Amino acid sequence: MVDIKKIDDVTWEIAKSGKMNVPARIYASDKLMENMKMDKTLGQVSNVACLPGIVKYSYAMPDAHQGYGFSIGGVAAFSVEDGVISPGGVGYDINCGVRLIRTNLVRDDFDKKKVDILNEVVKNVPAGLGKGAKLRFSRDELSEIMSKGIRWSIDNGFGWKGDSDRIEEDGCMKSADISNVSDNAFKRGMPQIGSLGSGNHFLEIQAVDEIFDADTAKVFGLTEPGQVVIMVHSGSRGLGHQVASDYLRLMEKKYGIAGLPDRELINAPFSSDMGQQYYSAMSAAANYAWVNRQMMAHWVRESFAKVFDSDAKDLGMETVYDVAHNIAKRETHTVDGRKMDVVVHRKGATRSFAPGRVEVPEIYRAVGQPVLIPGSMGTSSYVLAGTEKAMEISFGSTAHGAGRVMSRFAAVKKFRGEAVKKELEAKGISVRAASWKGLSEEAPGVYKDVDEVVRVSDAVGIGKLVAKVRPMGVLKG
Amino acid sequence: MKQYEFFPHTADAKFTAYGRTIDEAFANAACAMFSVMVEPKTVKPKIKKMIKIEAEDRKSLLYDWLEHLLVLLDSENFILASVGRIRIVETDSALLLDAEFSGDTISDDYEPQGFVKAVTYNDMDIKEKDGVWCLTVVVDR
Repeated sequence: MVDIKKIDDVTWEIAKSGKMNVPARIYASDKLMENMKMDKTLGQVSNVACLPGIVKYSYAMPDAHQGYGFSIGGVAAFSVEDGVISPGGVGYDINCGVRLIRTNLVRDDFDKKKVDILNEVVKNVPAGLGKGAKLRFSRDELSEIMSKGIRWSIDNGFGWKGDSDRIEEDGCMKSADISNVSDNAFKRGMPQIGSLGSGNHFLEIQAVDEIFDADTAKVFGLTEPGQVVIMVHSGSRGLGHQVASDYLRLMEKKYGIAGLPDRELINAPFSSDMGQQYYSAMSAAANYAWVNRQMMAHWVRESFAKVFDSDAKDLGMETVYDVAHNIAKRETHTVDGRKMDVVVHRKGATRSFAPGRVEVPEIYRAVGQPVLIPGSMGTSSYVLAGTEKAMEISFGSTAHGAGRVMSRFAAVKKFRGEAVKKELEAKGISVRAASWKGLSEEAPGVYKDVDEVVRVSDAVGIGKLVAKVRPMGVLKG
Repeated sequence: MKQYEFFPHTADAKFTAYGRTIDEAFANAACAMFSVMVEPKTVKPKIKKMIKIEAEDRKSLLYDWLEHLLVLLDSENFILASVGRIRIVETDSALLLDAEFSGDTISDDYEPQGFVKAVTYNDMDIKEKDGVWCLTVVVDR
């Protein structure tokens, strides 16, 4: 049993013991902590604290739940000099993330054309098993996609010039090196670019429900309740999964698994050749994921333009922002009053950079980066803003979503897909799903309460509430 | 004897595959993983495949075997019908797996039940008890 001490209403600590190099910090309310105690989350957070070169604390965000090796909702920073990088600290779906697109439309506009919009989006955005790309790309094109990221999309007519200014890393990690991406990863990535995938991934047409901070919301392009926005939640598909597996296996073969508390915690010194190779391959997969979401955003723009017989630009379909919530990044942070270069692992955690940080796009630099927190399918999602407090107490990170509480196994027994669809439709949410079973597995009841997750993020101070959005139409993989 | 059975796991799919030999258990683990997507018994054996894998221990061999099948799934839309022949040879320095299996390309003829993204080592267990091999695997979904 993990010995955990309550520091204040929303902060908990596991003291350093055994092989831990640092203590662990958990940001949670009593209610969220009860959920964490039910699975292996706290043990996993303690295991991460044992890894070499970890700085300050091993953190768990309010939505933390059991993962493999690292918990989901885990944040850990390692010294670039004597710390490690771990594929397990990023997750299999590299740069799984969220994009939000605004519009000038209001709920009434959507309601009038609901069926046409959903049909058009379903037609244009591939979702579900075996539903890969609409377009076929060559190996050379895939190489360019991974090297250039969003710049490739814009150069090839899949985006607007301003899109790259509204994406984390400007939509391209320059550390990408495709020579470290395996042939199997290429093979898996080629047929899938521009597809949603399945599992918890979704595309939602939403309406702004509530604005908590009107000034910041305005800067993000969110102006009033009822405004239509579109959210895309997806990642790097099979390509990212393969990069993760490849390096997990390569690191095992090179360093062995003796002494590891969990085989999924395999790691390499960040400064080693192996560490750098993984970082560059992970960066390439991250760029693929940004292009993947960009392609879907592009088709959503085209779908809306067609249905409204207008131009997507006239409909005001600007990107609000695009965040990665499974990633490792080299960043500079202040630790004990001194600047320090660290590799921040965010596995199921969102960057939440404060106003003034150079990484925050100029248009948002006065208010902090937009933080996009998707709910589960059919529940509310949230827009927050990055804070100075997050820089101080979580390496500029906050929660990433709702976090599961019920297994898919139990969900399928408890909910029927048809019933889930009916229940959502009774709430005015139209659903298009690739599989009935997938729908029951992702029923809103299997997730933690996202409202509680963002309330706690705001109370801890690691993300400031800006707006709440509600789904009107859902496309589920 | 059951081929395999599933157990509750918060975010993913956890199963134990059984076999009178380790070979049979490896074959059943592949069927278990694909049953998450399309039940292998319903898949037509139209395409034949062969594979040879080398790994350093039993767990990594199981990991690599299942992952190889996911590469075929993503790159060729291949879904498994059955494993025809499978043989595992253990030498002093490595383990070798040699298998022949069949399946089909996913199409509208099949109704997918879900998806598997990756194989994991989480809770992975390989043991022999009373002449039955039990392989426990959690796959990421």
